[in-house]
Amino acid sequence: MTLRTKLLASTAALLIAGTGAVFADAHATHPETGEPLASDQTFVYRDLDESPSIDPGLAEDSAGGDILRDLFEGLYNQDPAGNLAPGVALSHTVSDDNLVYTFTLRNDAKWSNGDTVTAGDFEYAWKRAASPELASPYSWFIEIMALENASEVISGDVMPADLGVTAIDDTTLEVRLTQPLPYFPLMLTHFTTFPVHQATVDEFGSDWTKPGNMVSNGAYMLTEHVPQEKLVRARNEMYWDNENTILEEVTSLVISDENVALTRYLAGELDRTHVPAGQFPRLSEEFPDQAVSVPEACSYYYMFNLRDAASEDVQDPNVRKALSLAIDRDIIVENVLAGGQKAAYTFTHWATAGFETPDIPMATMTQEDRNAMAAELMAEAGYGADNPLEIDLVYNTSESHKSVAVAVSQMWKQTLGVETVLANQEWQTFLEARSNGDYEVARGGWCADYNEASTFLDLMQSESGYNDSKYVNSEVDALLEEAKTSDNAQANYDRVEEFIAQDTPIIPIYHYASVYMYAENLEGWPFENFQQQWYSKDLFKIAE
Amino acid sequence: MLSFVARRLAVAIPTLLILVVLSFVLMYSAPGGPFNSERPLPPEVLANIEAKYGLDQPFWKQIVNYVVGVVTQFDFGPSFQYKDRTVNDVIAQGFPVTLTYGFWSFVVAVTVGVSLGVAAAIKQNTWLDYLAVGISIGAQVLPNFVMAPILLLVFTLWLGWLPGGGWEGGQWNYLIMPVIALSTSYMASIARITRSSMLEVLNTNFIRTAQAKGLPMRRVIWRHAMKPTILPVLSYLGPAFVGMITGSVIIDVFFSTGGIGQFFVNSAFNRDYSVIMGITILVGTLTILFNLVVDILYAWIDPKIRY
Repeated sequence: MTLRTKLLASTAALLIAGTGAVFADAHATHPETGEPLASDQTFVYRDLDESPSIDPGLAEDSAGGDILRDLFEGLYNQDPAGNLAPGVALSHTVSDDNLVYTFTLRNDAKWSNGDTVTAGDFEYAWKRAASPELASPYSWFIEIMALENASEVISGDVMPADLGVTAIDDTTLEVRLTQPLPYFPLMLTHFTTFPVHQATVDEFGSDWTKPGNMVSNGAYMLTEHVPQEKLVRARNEMYWDNENTILEEVTSLVISDENVALTRYLAGELDRTHVPAGQFPRLSEEFPDQAVSVPEACSYYYMFNLRDAASEDVQDPNVRKALSLAIDRDIIVENVLAGGQKAAYTFTHWATAGFETPDIPMATMTQEDRNAMAAELMAEAGYGADNPLEIDLVYNTSESHKSVAVAVSQMWKQTLGVETVLANQEWQTFLEARSNGDYEVARGGWCADYNEASTFLDLMQSESGYNDSKYVNSEVDALLEEAKTSDNAQANYDRVEEFIAQDTPIIPIYHYASVYMYAENLEGWPFENFQQQWYSKDLFKIAE
Repeated sequence: MLSFVARRLAVAIPTLLILVVLSFVLMYSAPGGPFNSERPLPPEVLANIEAKYGLDQPFWKQIVNYVVGVVTQFDFGPSFQYKDRTVNDVIAQGFPVTLTYGFWSFVVAVTVGVSLGVAAAIKQNTWLDYLAVGISIGAQVLPNFVMAPILLLVFTLWLGWLPGGGWEGGQWNYLIMPVIALSTSYMASIARITRSSMLEVLNTNFIRTAQAKGLPMRRVIWRHAMKPTILPVLSYLGPAFVGMITGSVIIDVFFSTGGIGQFFVNSAFNRDYSVIMGITILVGTLTILFNLVVDILYAWIDPKIRY
């Protein structure tokens, strides 16, 4: 309990004793909803692992992103529905060719040490993130933002000073792109684009992210950080919208084991934790108000190795399609996973903004019809009872990947007589095997970097570094290229999804959902936000 | 004795060097690398990172640079995984935690284990013996990854007496469950070794002599039987102590203590080369050191042993 909450609590106690009223201070009810607020405004949640970094330029995981959105504020935030909301920037204008963005910044944004947040802080942060000197694993984000000279700066061919971002004055930031990106403003809610306080970095070097050193501009500031144990952030009095911030203190605890975390949640130590695999049906029955499943911006799929040197068996598109048809996705999402995931017939997640799931013929068929069609295709390809197909399926070691693989291999066996050899590999070994093309069928998972279909479909580009299938289709390449500048990209995306269904370089299996337990008195959670970008400043606890 | 210690320390240096080179080779021959992920990095990004961490240099040069850094500046390098921290930071934060719960586990395991073993041996084939043996077998077969969730369930969820995890600087209520979970199986081993050792000693001639001259049993045990009994226990305690103070991934995972055990295991999965090396060297050094301590204690306890 901070001094402030202690004071509030004791004031509340006095008032209750004196008058019988429950009003403690201006914060006793929520300014918008009018709900009575709890006296204890602390939020404690579980993280699976320690984040590799909490330096906006170096951070690379989504849990680190949760922390950074509290500590820092970028040009824009996301509102609970995932739409743009003003952050440090109030608005922007775009040039006619959609290549130059000019942002107008608020003049009352402050760093936690009282300095004003300026356009120069953004310019510094972006150039820093791209610089070979920092060598950030996330410098690719600056590249996919299509900033002028981004790749050249990263590869060291030009100086960071030539990156396409310039502070015109303290409240005007100009950004120059090499190609129009319709979703560019949405990318500015990502942590790599958050501002950094140069004087602090210059003073402390790589120690600048430690408590006591860190100067940040978000609604919260870092007060305690014990790696692998916890990270505590407290209200930043300097934040421009501090008046409307309700939670006083936010703590993330690193608890590696999900069952331990659940036990501690049930013991009242946590306000939010993951639901362990397979326990959602039980928990949602027992705690209907606390167990929640929301779409998560990732797709789960199996990929075929289409390299020339790879096994002949899966080079026939009919065989691949048959294998896709024979997977009963409904059984996998309802019986194997049972956490609110959705069966997938498209690679793009169904909840992606502006994306209408196209009509893939397979999606509307019954499983019997799919099985019949699959058997036919296999027979055409020359496989049957006397000549069964043998397939190697590899996944990274994990109980849930294993249960999906076992279920799929059974479906293939029963419907098509396919003999599947399952193998699991330790994560790094698996990644290496997959990128070297040392597999026949492998598990894949892909999460959106931004809320637009191309974040998924760009993987199908022949030259994409993430195209581990090595699927090559010039028509797909052309469609995706055109989509980047098109006002209506949906038609292109429909065609690409049709190609995926037809050529089956990958088998989409399901679209992720994340399942969490949320304390009953925790309010304001943006369940509708597809990327689950939540901000502690929007959360609050109501009195029970 | 002094020359013995000097000799042992002299041997320790090449031993550690061999350990470093072997670990380095093994580590690099494992598939994958510290910067692989589901999303492969673009080549220009990877090149910058490899240059930053010196991974673009020839293998022999990396080993030499590493050893020179460690020896001359006590610099174990930056962590490849935790980009805001160095290996020294990781060890400085995790090792005191592990040392604390490891030390208390050791104290508990030795005190309870030796008492149980001695009691069982003196009262051989009585209910006390059966009880002690029963407890130690039970404790032995109950591994700590079973014990930890049970403790959590009972003391945190049902009784609500103890916090379910965390460290908070090592306050006593955060220590209890880790210490119980870590010490149990060590305690069981110590009890069994003590019991059999004591039984053997009690059957020797000098004990019979002591009893024959009319010494009270308590004096026989404490004065005469205890020293020879403790010798085999001692050779077990050396490595056990190192095992306890260098942590247990199970304890760290279940009780979120932030100890070094979890860093060690994670670093192997993440191919965080510098952290693997740092902790390997730490554990190696401690093992060599405590084996030496045990040897010195041997000579001190048993006058027959001279170096």
